[in-house]
Amino acid sequence: MNKLSLIGLLSIMIRRDLVLAMRRRADVVTTLIFFVIVVSLFPLGVGPEADMLRNMAPGVIWVAALLASMLSLGRLFSADHLDGTLEQMLLVPQSLSVLVLAKILAHWMVSGLPLVIMAPVLGLQFDMTAQSIGVLIIALLLGTPTLSMIGAVGAALTLGLRGGGALVSLLVLPLCIPVLIFGAGAVEAVISGTSVSSHLSLLGALLVMALAFTPWVTALALRISME
Amino acid sequence: MVPWFACSAAIMFVAGLYISFFVAPTDVQQSEAYRIMFIHVPVSILSMFIYLVMAGYAALGLIFNTRLSSMMASALAPTGALLAFLSLWTGALWGKPMWGAWWVWDARLTSELILLFLYLGFIALHASIDDPRRADRASALLAILGSVNVPIIYFSVQWWNTLHQGASVKLTGTSMHVAMQQGMYTMMLAVWLYAITISLIRVRSIILERESKAQWVSELMEIKR
Repeated sequence: MNKLSLIGLLSIMIRRDLVLAMRRRADVVTTLIFFVIVVSLFPLGVGPEADMLRNMAPGVIWVAALLASMLSLGRLFSADHLDGTLEQMLLVPQSLSVLVLAKILAHWMVSGLPLVIMAPVLGLQFDMTAQSIGVLIIALLLGTPTLSMIGAVGAALTLGLRGGGALVSLLVLPLCIPVLIFGAGAVEAVISGTSVSSHLSLLGALLVMALAFTPWVTALALRISME
Repeated sequence: MVPWFACSAAIMFVAGLYISFFVAPTDVQQSEAYRIMFIHVPVSILSMFIYLVMAGYAALGLIFNTRLSSMMASALAPTGALLAFLSLWTGALWGKPMWGAWWVWDARLTSELILLFLYLGFIALHASIDDPRRADRASALLAILGSVNVPIIYFSVQWWNTLHQGASVKLTGTSMHVAMQQGMYTMMLAVWLYAITISLIRVRSIILERESKAQWVSELMEIKR
């Protein structure tokens, strides 16, 4: 049997997870609807003044995206853990980190990307300008993969534990705060007319750092959880 | 060793509190309110340092699979969380007269709050895994991941323009009165000794709990009685 190349493995895993996600479309849609509802609750809660909403919008959208990504984290490994697929994955001859990276990417495509696509519509609800919506999308595009990656570590650490859902939020949310600060900061910079690039560069730096380390740490955490 | 550390911690606390309340002069700008510094500064420094020590022990336990270092890590966590909480609390008490607010969303305060959350996450993760070995290793990974935050707290006053004042004591000279310095160092030593005492007591009970099936435990004087 010839060994698969890493890229081949990566694409097979991504395709498998995407197919699985499409078979259970309700899960994907639930996360998205959760995101929309949380964001829509804020104008109802604090009142509909356009000025205040415009200033609040980046923070609200980012916090809602963070919560929505927490919500879907439980599904990242649990299904594979329950039917035993995960144990087989630990046994493959290729690097587990690559497998994990593929799972994270697929997870982001079904849970993070829809949020990014939905965000402009919500931005319009909050009366944001076209320019700040553009920056919001870029910031979300850079930030949500980082959220998925940090979340994957938490999901792997709490795999199969009782009360995993609340615990994973407790572990992951503090680590996500930098992403939140710079992500919302980028949009606020547009609104106040200062430079956006520093915030976006920091988001990019966080993404690159997460890309380098978290698949490896998640793989370690999976091995600890599965032994 | 515990009684020694406990006694010297108590002596240092008394001496430190005496110096800080009766010997140290009143500050020009902040009048009497600055005296909370004698608790706030040692507690904050220790809360950061204990996290590093905890992450170090956790890493040792993860890499070399030594059981005692993982036990040390889990013994240090509650003390660290307590100190981080005290640091925020005394900071709030200090902030009210100085800045006119209990809490401001400043970089150092926020990152210290994150530190408290990291401690709580460590404790919660450790508590929710039944198998102690797996709990040690999983929480060790979390501790190492979280240690990124410590340098951020430490340098936050230099990196961002914040309300929180920078360090007055530096390696090269200081801007502080001698008696204030003495008081702060004594209190620092006292908090150090307190942290060591409590962690040693806690690690002792963790060892006894985990090894409760071992023969040497059942041969202990205290257990036989």
